[in-house]
Amino acid sequence: MIAFITRRLLLGVVTIFLISVLSFIIIQLPPGDFVDAYIAQLSSSGSQVSAAEAENLRQLYGLGEPFYVQYGKWLGRIITGDFGESMEWRRPVTEVIGDRLWLTLLLSFAALIVTWGLALPIGIFSAVRQYSFADYAFTLVGFIGIAVPNFLLALVIMYFAFVWFGASVGGLFSAEMALAPWSAAKVWDLIKHLPLPAIILALGGTAQLIRIMRANLLDELRRPYVVTARAKGLSEARTIIKYPVRAALNPFASNIAYLFPYLVSGSIIVSIVLGLPTVGPLLVKALVAQDMFLAGTIVLLLGVMTVIGTFISDLVLMWVDPRIRHQMD
Amino acid sequence: MAQIDSEKYAVATQLQLTWWRFRRHKLAMISMVVLALFYLLAAFADFLATQDPHATDARTSYIAPQPIMLFDDDGSFRPHVYGIRGVRDMRTFKLVYTVDPNRKVYIDFFGRGYEYKLFGLFRTDIHLMTLKNPERGDGIYILGTDLLGRDLWSRLLVATRVSLTIGLVGVTISLFLGVLLGGISAVYGGIVDTLIQRTIEVIRSMPTIPLWLGLAAALPNDWSVLQVYFAITIIISLLAWTDLARVVRGKFLALKEEDFVMAAELAGASQGRIIFRHMLPSFASHIIAAVSLALPAMIISETSLSFLGLGLRPPAISWGILLQDAQNIQTLALAPWLLISAIPVVVVILAFNFLGDGLRDAADPYG
Repeated sequence: MIAFITRRLLLGVVTIFLISVLSFIIIQLPPGDFVDAYIAQLSSSGSQVSAAEAENLRQLYGLGEPFYVQYGKWLGRIITGDFGESMEWRRPVTEVIGDRLWLTLLLSFAALIVTWGLALPIGIFSAVRQYSFADYAFTLVGFIGIAVPNFLLALVIMYFAFVWFGASVGGLFSAEMALAPWSAAKVWDLIKHLPLPAIILALGGTAQLIRIMRANLLDELRRPYVVTARAKGLSEARTIIKYPVRAALNPFASNIAYLFPYLVSGSIIVSIVLGLPTVGPLLVKALVAQDMFLAGTIVLLLGVMTVIGTFISDLVLMWVDPRIRHQMD
Repeated sequence: MAQIDSEKYAVATQLQLTWWRFRRHKLAMISMVVLALFYLLAAFADFLATQDPHATDARTSYIAPQPIMLFDDDGSFRPHVYGIRGVRDMRTFKLVYTVDPNRKVYIDFFGRGYEYKLFGLFRTDIHLMTLKNPERGDGIYILGTDLLGRDLWSRLLVATRVSLTIGLVGVTISLFLGVLLGGISAVYGGIVDTLIQRTIEVIRSMPTIPLWLGLAAALPNDWSVLQVYFAITIIISLLAWTDLARVVRGKFLALKEEDFVMAAELAGASQGRIIFRHMLPSFASHIIAAVSLALPAMIISETSLSFLGLGLRPPAISWGILLQDAQNIQTLALAPWLLISAIPVVVVILAFNFLGDGLRDAADPYG
């Protein structure tokens, strides 16, 4: 068990390291060094930068020195909490990102809960009532969930909400709450707005998980031990829930590590369509405007948060599934 | 008769067995036909296009889809569409162009339109349908037009070609990486295997869209359409090879233990011969199945990137770029037909999924 945790932790650290290198590469990629870009941006907005200030900035980020030195200096500043300044907003990157990062994670987490909450009962039902009308209906919905990219789903739902109700469904807050400081009323407002985007985001993953759960449970139900349990007079519900379902839960365990990154990834594009105040729209705007510090920081923070989220869900699964606990020893 | 059938079964090659098994999967067969049709449409995109997909005209902005009338008033077969007429809006005094049901424009088959290269090779200007004596703004607008007056049907055809081929090119690169690294991982084992497997895990636990966006945004602005096309394909496939590598590795490891591999080894076959002559053919069908399941993911990736304005860039046309026009609700309320571009995306992805399922079931003909 300790071996498992250590392995996961090590993997997480390596992933974070790789993500930080990639984020730094993204910051570096645009042609010219970013101090030039920064100065150009400043002078286009009217303020002047003296040569000494520019030199100072170059020194600060070690420009002109080898890549790994620059990377080291950048990483050193990040560890002390200094992520640099957004060129477009002229404010520290952390300030620009603000609540958006937490809202992104909240949305992804809500989608994760929806995925599990839908896939588990539907998967069990579809397997137990194989070839029933409901099974076919769920299979059909499942295929649509797989085939329709979630941004397209968001687009279509938005269109029909507009046509039928004349209302816009976007946003995570009502208009009067969007700028209000945090309060119980605002949290409630958020909870009310969360389900729709979470369901849109969750549908693709749910569909896949239902199919895996159904297939696995069908395999388990044919095993002799199920017949034995029935023969011994166990109630049908208990027969199914107690043994085959637990054995069929494996995909939930093995897919979890990839489900969360998938959802974080998807939240970016769904947020843009639905106009949600997550990091998604900010990231795309920053990339289009070549505001690289902001973009690089968002990629880095998203990556790190994903790794932490995945690690936590691994721990939860280890607690739930004894096979994982023992497998690794 | 049954005797002959079972004899036939016994001597059939792996490919034949797979094909017989695949044929029973109705949904997969239908999907294969649908995909073949889509690729045919893509191959003859310019020939089937009714207007130049890049030509803009303010007169034809947001024309609703217009059906082609097959028969004339007297019942004779003369396909035609209605012309376009300018009307002064008496409230805003703007000239608005609408369809004029009083003026018929007849359709010519195999007439001459804009110039293009068939299959990228033969220069020609013959199209399936053109108009006889059109006035300015007249056209065959089967699926309507966009804000700039470009014909959606023609654009959709060209977009289908771009999006379907980008998937193929991307999957080829992924397949190469996947087979190479998955194979190396299985054959050498040990530290190499561990290293490759951990790399795969790391790649899979990263959120991909932010990374793609970051990399795609850094492509120089002055790159040509073709350069961006290949760069985007490479960016997408760099993160997409991991599934294929896992399939290849898993199959390699399973086959290593098989008797026929042992027999080949004892017979003194070289390692290369064992891999390419004996092992590869027996799991080629698994690879094909994995590829057909990887293709829709590729297509979704390209569509998503272009949709966000960070993938292919206009004047290139792809599904994502067409959907970009349908991004906000104001546009959709005004021109709901722009959402038609979503239909081929969904149909193709669904078809690839069914085809992949069918192939995966058929890949194990003895199972």
